Amino acid sequence: MLHRLPVGVKLAGLAAACTVLLLLRSPWAMAVAVGVVVLLFAVARVGVAAAWAQVRPVRWFAVALFGMQLVFADLPSAVLVTSRVVLAVALAGLVTLTTRTSAMMTALERGLSPLRRVGVDPFRLSLLLSLTIRSVPVIADLAARVREAQRARGVEWSMRAFAVPLVVGALRHADALGEALSARGLDD
Amino acid sequence: MHQFRVLRTYDVARVAVFAALIAALGLPGALNVFGSAVPITLQTLGVMLAGAILGSWRGALAVAVLLALVAVGLPLLAGGRGGLGAFALPSVGFLLGWLPGAALTGWIVERGGHSPSFVRLLVACLAGGIGAVYLVGVPMWAVVGGITLGQAALQTAFFLPGDLAKAVLATIVARGTQRAYPDAVPAVHYDRLRAGKED
Repeated sequence: MLHRLPVGVKLAGLAAACTVLLLLRSPWAMAVAVGVVVLLFAVARVGVAAAWAQVRPVRWFAVALFGMQLVFADLPSAVLVTSRVVLAVALAGLVTLTTRTSAMMTALERGLSPLRRVGVDPFRLSLLLSLTIRSVPVIADLAARVREAQRARGVEWSMRAFAVPLVVGALRHADALGEALSARGLDD
Repeated sequence: MHQFRVLRTYDVARVAVFAALIAALGLPGALNVFGSAVPITLQTLGVMLAGAILGSWRGALAVAVLLALVAVGLPLLAGGRGGLGAFALPSVGFLLGWLPGAALTGWIVERGGHSPSFVRLLVACLAGGIGAVYLVGVPMWAVVGGITLGQAALQTAFFLPGDLAKAVLATIVARGTQRAYPDAVPAVHYDRLRAGKED
């Protein structure tokens, strides 16, 4: 059900929810918030494993934060501050889980289209975004090749022997790409 | 002024490739502290290089493109993280700080003319990659984590040795790149673009 909601509604909802979380002052209100978030995950039919994967990155931070709040403040504020962070992460994760990347991209391009008025060409912007996505595997591949060359030269542990050829290679690739795009008349 | 407003095709390609480079530098695997609340990665190295080589606003644009793609859900941050959750973490300020970080690094390098000195590059990387990033990261860490500014600064100090090492590395790499490929100096690139327009 959550999957079908328009992206804009979900993002606005996320922003509103995070603001509400910041305003909650009593542990009881926070308990209700926890219930609501659990309910949302259930409605979206997100499994326990997938839900845990969203919150997992903050688990140690949450423990450290809780301990610190306990030392410097009291138990209620420790509960409040820790659950606020965990819930915000969980909600953001829920939006990401229930939205296709392509739908988010469309929303992003639509959101940026008012920039047209300050001279930003929407076509150029979406070209920039898609070129970046395309370039990630190209640069990762380049990095792997530089690593191999490094091994062959016996300078495996030199960061300089890795990064300089990588950056020069990336720039060469970028400028060749720019030339190819320009040759196709993109600057006209 | 004109050249700063219009994003030419050459720049689209450069910005896209540098955004991808920052993403690729996160691939070797991140060393995590506090359960990845604030990961130590080579990605900040990429941010400093983007500023030092592309110049201020193109460098910041490369960072903005990367962050936008992360927000949209692509796993481009170190350790394959991505999605809006990355911006709900207490470390969000250290990500957003990349924007002024790349811009400041680029601004200082741009003022170095056609052959920025080693010292200038080092100052640029320290000011942008550490100064500007911490200036945004530490207060947000304090606000989201619910701790005092002093406590946040103390915890961040733990990352300072690693970040200093990365700033020095970024300087060495930027210097090496600009020697091997003169067009990697922002001022040289601008001149070439201007000359190209007159043809």
